[in-house]
Amino acid sequence: MSHKHRKRKLGKPKARARVFAALGDKTRLALVAKLCGGEPCSISQLAEESKLTRQAITKHLGVLERAGIVRSAHSGRERLFEFDPEPLEGLREYLNFVSKQWDQTLLRLKSLVEK
Amino acid sequence: MDSHDSGIEKRIELKAPVSRVWRALTDHREFGEWFRVKLEGPFVAGQEARGQILHPGYEHVTWRAVIQKIEPDRLFSFTWHPYSVDPNVDYSTETPTLVEFRLEENAGGTLLLLTESGFDKIPADRRLEAFRKNDGGWTQQMKNIESHVTQTS
Repeated sequence: MSHKHRKRKLGKPKARARVFAALGDKTRLALVAKLCGGEPCSISQLAEESKLTRQAITKHLGVLERAGIVRSAHSGRERLFEFDPEPLEGLREYLNFVSKQWDQTLLRLKSLVEK
Repeated sequence: MDSHDSGIEKRIELKAPVSRVWRALTDHREFGEWFRVKLEGPFVAGQEARGQILHPGYEHVTWRAVIQKIEPDRLFSFTWHPYSVDPNVDYSTETPTLVEFRLEENAGGTLLLLTESGFDKIPADRRLEAFRKNDGGWTQQMKNIESHVTQTS
């Protein structure tokens, strides 16, 4: 916990850009979707249901982990990965804001052209 | 969010012919009316459009966009830094987002599809901070717009 808070405070602007970049990839989004299921997964578990090699999965998980969307912990000889929703909440807030602005702007366009 | 980009997509049915909607989108004076910006001149593909924001409280902010495509009755697009409302922040070094308006004729008039993409390339966090600072102002502003629209429609 304390590590996560420190990271968020120190690296905020860059951190958010990393989250956007990390999600801008179909493979990583698919991995995130799998991990959203709740149960922590090992690389072998993720590889079983995927066409990707273990190496590719490891690389993508690394990107997600650096963005803070995924975190991992050792369990015996394996590393288990789980989804961390916290960084995504900030993004949702941002996109919701821009989205609401468009709703209002388009309503003004509508009232103008339908006059 | 769709599968490859954290973007925005809106569809709106307009009870007006495509040509009417096209004019409202691309005539800089008409655009300014619903976008609330007083533009300096007509839109030209490949060139920057500038103007003064007319939202109360944001008159000191210059609105800027680079016009990308003007394909009559079909597609109008520009790149910009969305809601870059903090005059103390230099947004010009950031990668802009792409806004596209696509028009399609339908039975009732015109279907307008709006997309804004490219959020994965911008340091959104900085902007989020700017929004937070202005949050009270924007909330009030959105209420103003809402009451304006319900009065005029």
